[in-house]
Amino acid sequence: MSAHPLPIARLPRGARRAATYRDENRRPWTFWVLAALFTAYVLALYGPMICIYVLSFQDVRGGLVFPMKGLSLHWFVDLFTQVRTGDVKGGFERSIVLAILVTVLTVVGSFMAGLAFRSRFKGDGALFYLMIGSLVAPGLVLGIGVGLLFQYLGLQASWYTSALGAHLSWTLPFGVLVMFAVMSRFDRAWEEAARDLGATRWQIIRMVVVPILAPGIVAVALFGFTLSYDEFSRTLQTSGPLNTLPLEIWSMTLNVTSPGLYALGTVTTLASFLIIGVCLGAIALMQKRRANQMIGQQ
Amino acid sequence: MTITTGDIELAGVYKHFGNLAAVDGVSLTIPDGAYCCFLGPSGCGKTTILRMIAGHEDPTGGEILIGGEDVVGLPPVERRTAMMFQSYALFPHLTVRDNVAFPLRVRGQSRAERYKTADAMLEKVRLTELANRLPGQLSGGQQQRVALARAAITEPRVLLLDEPLSALDEQLRIQMRTELRRMQRELGITFVHVTHTQVEAIAMADIVVVMEKGKIKQAGTPREVYAEPRDRYVAEFLGGQNVFSGKVESVNGAMLVVSAPDAASIVVPLHGRPVVHTGDRVDLAVRRDDIHLRRPGSAAADPGWNTINTRIRAIEYQGALVKVMLAAIGEAEFVAYIPEREFFSDSFTVDDIVVAAWRSERSLLLS
Repeated sequence: MSAHPLPIARLPRGARRAATYRDENRRPWTFWVLAALFTAYVLALYGPMICIYVLSFQDVRGGLVFPMKGLSLHWFVDLFTQVRTGDVKGGFERSIVLAILVTVLTVVGSFMAGLAFRSRFKGDGALFYLMIGSLVAPGLVLGIGVGLLFQYLGLQASWYTSALGAHLSWTLPFGVLVMFAVMSRFDRAWEEAARDLGATRWQIIRMVVVPILAPGIVAVALFGFTLSYDEFSRTLQTSGPLNTLPLEIWSMTLNVTSPGLYALGTVTTLASFLIIGVCLGAIALMQKRRANQMIGQQ
Repeated sequence: MTITTGDIELAGVYKHFGNLAAVDGVSLTIPDGAYCCFLGPSGCGKTTILRMIAGHEDPTGGEILIGGEDVVGLPPVERRTAMMFQSYALFPHLTVRDNVAFPLRVRGQSRAERYKTADAMLEKVRLTELANRLPGQLSGGQQQRVALARAAITEPRVLLLDEPLSALDEQLRIQMRTELRRMQRELGITFVHVTHTQVEAIAMADIVVVMEKGKIKQAGTPREVYAEPRDRYVAEFLGGQNVFSGKVESVNGAMLVVSAPDAASIVVPLHGRPVVHTGDRVDLAVRRDDIHLRRPGSAAADPGWNTINTRIRAIEYQGALVKVMLAAIGEAEFVAYIPEREFFSDSFTVDDIVVAAWRSERSLLLS
């Protein structure tokens, strides 16, 4: 950007050539337009979130808008002590348990589907489109459908039955699609070689398939967890009398007008990051251990 | 049931994939401890045969016997076969040592026990210093040695190799040919090797099985299939032969006189082949290294020789030999391999008119 203001003619030969070269290599105006557009986009995307995080650290006088009034953890304490802000603790617990349930079922289901879909079977096309169908169906409509079904059957909707099913209708197809991508790089010769060398079906799964696909399986788990943890539209009509965290937050936006709402946003974001961090850390640790094992014995 | 010897017998083996007969009635005996090569173009069914012997594919019909036992339906372990896959199929998440020890791990051996055996095996294939590497960090040749060690560690009676050298570069391929033969001798077991490269097959095998479209065209020693191909397909696939066809002019006891386009009559020994009648069209072959080139009119017509007056199309220097391409029999490829010194003692150039001559008894009648 900052070319020296020296007259080019006074520079030694080599430098003069370098200067002209730099001149020719100047970025076109389109670069600056696109860069500005991108910056604006990133600001629009993350700006509001960052504002929420910042505003959650106000003291008791704090309001919903800038300027900041004081600096404290008041609203975080308030979040877990005040009853009027709603059942945040219960909602958080339910959401975590639900997300774990969804994760386990999604991982197991998509792993098995991934194995099954490697060869053709009767009705595989229909099954695949059925799956994609539940992925593209509007979440709210799907949620209403599940809610109505439970009502029709005379069953009590609850977060661990109807909401679990509604979440799976979203995470399972997603997980399967990710699994397809992962599986496409899996060489069937590995399985065949393991069989040739005397491994039983279970040993093949345990010692060859799962370890090779491990990074992909972690990715599916991560997807399953995060998709379920913040799922709103599919939960609205299916969670029954007790709310999950996203529903709790939503109901709070209707009646809470303090930075407590922002504090909740900060806490849930941190929880998400914590889980992602733990997963990535686990992968990194696995790779490091493998590398160490190699170096250690050489 | 324990299989103790590695002799293999295929009895009328068929394999259909839908309407396609990949293997179409194959019968063959491979003696214990032999090195057998299945040779043929891709899609000729050679890999399917290998996979059926290995137990990764079940035949549609026929019997497969190993050590005298019918093994159809048995898993690979009970057949005491081991297969080396074309891409080697090394487990990417396991070290070389763990790859080699894998068959012992699934048999429930303790870590110490299986590592001891694996290390001994790694020493045999000279990979000790790479034991802790992952397969991705090895060269093609090293990967192959790992695959070999992993397949051999369970002491199979039969080792099945699917295009084992195709993933290697030329130099390494030639090196690994010797290596594989050495391993086979050391292990003293039957090797069945699938390849589409004729040089590889005749260089390595005790028995070469030439296949086409699911059928065996010829099975025999490398010398038999190379020097005495049974038919046009085998002769052309193995190479080294000039193959052409002609019309029978007369049958004269043990000899046959054939007229070919652009050529004088060619005399061919019958060698007790099935009856041939005057007027039949027959295929002939003559080895390229049996052809001599002479200057026109340099020698009087010799009764023991077949001669063709022809023109040199191209000359290729190949080191020990000089490949001379001739415009002899119509459009058919006709080549003479002349020893280098002989060629340069009186060298020809392109477009020279020459006489291609070979001893009559060296002509081969194909069926």
